[in-house]
Amino acid sequence: MIADDPIAAFRVEAGEVLDQVEQALLDLGHRLDDADLVNAVFRGLHTLKGSGAMFGFDALAGFTHHCETAFDRVRKGQVPATAGLVSVILSAQDHMRALVEGDAPAADGDAILARLQAAIDEASGTTPAAASAPAATGWQIAFRLPADAMANGTNPLMLLDELRELGDCTVVARTDKVPPLADLVPTECHIGWDVTLLGDVKRDDIEDVFIFVMDDMELSIEPLGLADADAAADAAGTDEAPVLAEAAAPVATAATADSPAARSTAKAEESVRVPAGRLDALMDRVGELVIAQSRLSQCADRGQDLVLRSVSEEIERLAGELRDTMMVLRMVPVGSLFSRFRRLIHDLARDTGKTIEFETEGEATEVDKTVIERLFDPMVHLIRNSCDHGLETPEDRIAAGKPAAGSVRLAAHQAGGEVVITIRDDGRGINRARVRAKAEANGLIQPDQALNDHELLQMIFAPGFSTAATVTNLSGRGVGMDVVKRTIEGLRGSIDVQSTEGEGSLIALRIPLTLAIIDGLLVRAGSGRYVIPLTAVEECIELSLEDDMRHRGRSLITLREKLVPFLRLREIFATDTRPDPFQKIVVVSTPQGRVGLVVDQIIGNHQTVIKPMSALHRDAATFAGATILGDGEVALILDIAQLIALGQPREETLRAAG
Amino acid sequence: MQPDEHCQATGLVPRNSDRQLEVLVFDLGGQSFALEAVLVREILDMMPETRVPGAPALVGHVINFRGRIIPLADLHLAFGMTVPAPTKDSRIVVIELDLGGDATIIGLRTDKVHEVATFSAATSEDAPVVGLRWKREHVRSLVRHGNDDIVVLPDLEAIFQTITHGAAAASIH
Repeated sequence: MIADDPIAAFRVEAGEVLDQVEQALLDLGHRLDDADLVNAVFRGLHTLKGSGAMFGFDALAGFTHHCETAFDRVRKGQVPATAGLVSVILSAQDHMRALVEGDAPAADGDAILARLQAAIDEASGTTPAAASAPAATGWQIAFRLPADAMANGTNPLMLLDELRELGDCTVVARTDKVPPLADLVPTECHIGWDVTLLGDVKRDDIEDVFIFVMDDMELSIEPLGLADADAAADAAGTDEAPVLAEAAAPVATAATADSPAARSTAKAEESVRVPAGRLDALMDRVGELVIAQSRLSQCADRGQDLVLRSVSEEIERLAGELRDTMMVLRMVPVGSLFSRFRRLIHDLARDTGKTIEFETEGEATEVDKTVIERLFDPMVHLIRNSCDHGLETPEDRIAAGKPAAGSVRLAAHQAGGEVVITIRDDGRGINRARVRAKAEANGLIQPDQALNDHELLQMIFAPGFSTAATVTNLSGRGVGMDVVKRTIEGLRGSIDVQSTEGEGSLIALRIPLTLAIIDGLLVRAGSGRYVIPLTAVEECIELSLEDDMRHRGRSLITLREKLVPFLRLREIFATDTRPDPFQKIVVVSTPQGRVGLVVDQIIGNHQTVIKPMSALHRDAATFAGATILGDGEVALILDIAQLIALGQPREETLRAAG
Repeated sequence: MQPDEHCQATGLVPRNSDRQLEVLVFDLGGQSFALEAVLVREILDMMPETRVPGAPALVGHVINFRGRIIPLADLHLAFGMTVPAPTKDSRIVVIELDLGGDATIIGLRTDKVHEVATFSAATSEDAPVVGLRWKREHVRSLVRHGNDDIVVLPDLEAIFQTITHGAAAASIH
């Protein structure tokens, strides 16, 4: 449990901080002069160093400290941010991630630090020797804590003690801002301090003293003798001048340091971290409450007690609201998923030598957290495919009259109870002739088999299918697309491909908003009650007596001039009761077209919490799950795609027999 | 794997130890059966069952166990008995079983639940090679109990693994 284990909590938080740093770095790679991004990276590294040291991750704190120091020079404008530097910090960031997990070889860290130093030197145009910090003989430190510092647990005496540990200190309190006694708030800190620290102390060590309060406080740290800088400069000669300028620069930045901090607090929404398991448990309880409530309302409706009835209605409303609130709790914006792909694109661009522009749209669209997690792997695969197979090399693109940089766009939008996520590239598109040749070679289709465009493109999802002529490190091994399709279907979603040769491909994933709840049509076949997902239902009609009688010959009805095949749930589920005299047909849409499902009775709409089937029922594939009805009994939820697949051979044998 | 570890992993008591085994004794088709009391979560009256078409007959139904949907298994079938109609003594014993690393909650239909008894390991014996009406691999051991009564300790893992393994094999195709 996260709440009980501070180390685990730190790991989670550090992971998030590293995510933010990574995003900022990736942005920085495109906009090297964006000071906000530089600050964001610096803040992230700074936080990581501080909290790492606090939780005993000394290796992490030490390593991060070096990166922070290097990056601090970028922040202060002493060194321009360069692509090389960003890329080193990115790999440093990976190393930090490994350190957080506790499985990083120290040698990696040293190598990265060496590269970091090289990148800094290159960026600043100085030689390594000149880059080392000047040894100061002492520092003049002035600081003033925010008024609420003591209320927040900072003890200024401790800070002064820490400074004393660094070297000989002369401390002078500045009392100029202490208000008259009548206005004095005793819990606030009104005193500032001037400290003269003598000795060979590094600036970082002084800053470390203030590490937890630095963002909000006034702090200036100047080398001793800066007041008579002219004299010092004269004495040291012209070589010394840039060093002094460098040392003076932080005074200005320290004063403005509170502005990004203020911005970040304004941005951070108030939130509580809760383990997903507890949310699930709460969800279960709410589900049970809804069921108990509907039993209560049945009891109330049966009796004559008006008071009971009104209480029951009140509880019904509350339970419904509670359930709606519960659903929203689990929703997270898909932006959190999209942002994870930026690094992937960055690495893919590097590995393939292609220039890839990555754009996202509709990040605010919200999806159930479980769905997000399960979408990650399939989307990685699809994006890799787009970058590796889809996009051409810059030379090929220019030859084809396209801009040299390929584009990959991720977009999300909500459509009814579904979220549509599209992955669009402007690459070469899917070569249909090659797909066809490959499908024939693999025996997936007959050489002369007629396929429409949709069916042909769906071939790429067949197991063992790959059109890449050569297998690369990234993709083309022929595993994957079928797994992608299976995963998406496991999420009750669908996958669709559009492609124009020479212009690019579009892959659209349609995913239900949540896995936890389903709008369904409750039907009865024999004595069993089943839920048909409402998203699949097109209409309900009555099976006419003559169509019913004729069923030995063919299971087809004519619906608006079109023939629609139908399956009898009674036959598929082998029910042994007598059929109802008037059979109903629920027409459902499937990728293969409309199919009718014949049932005994249509009971009505049913919104319900989906419960998974136990492992022992995994091979009863016709069911996507189960749900608990108002009377406490269990109804099974039909998996339409599986049901049709199961029904097909049966219909074919019936047809052959008839 | 050491024998002791194996015993721990499957919840068995090592046969050569003097430890006592607490079990719940119940009837199935006129025969006494027992299972470790630590596995038992709850004993329920009969309740409405929902048939799962296409599921193995052994776990052909599901029930609503406090908001969870759990399979209802009928061990009559595992021991080749005919399934009797429920009587006023019929009960569902809800157990939690470790199946391939997953803690699975399963309801067991029983004809009658007797008591929690303590068996000593000394009175238990391996299932004999001949003379059993049942599949030997479904029986873990036999225990002499009371007045020459023989109580069967079924090997629940083995019984349910026939289903999960079957499912795994089916999903590969």
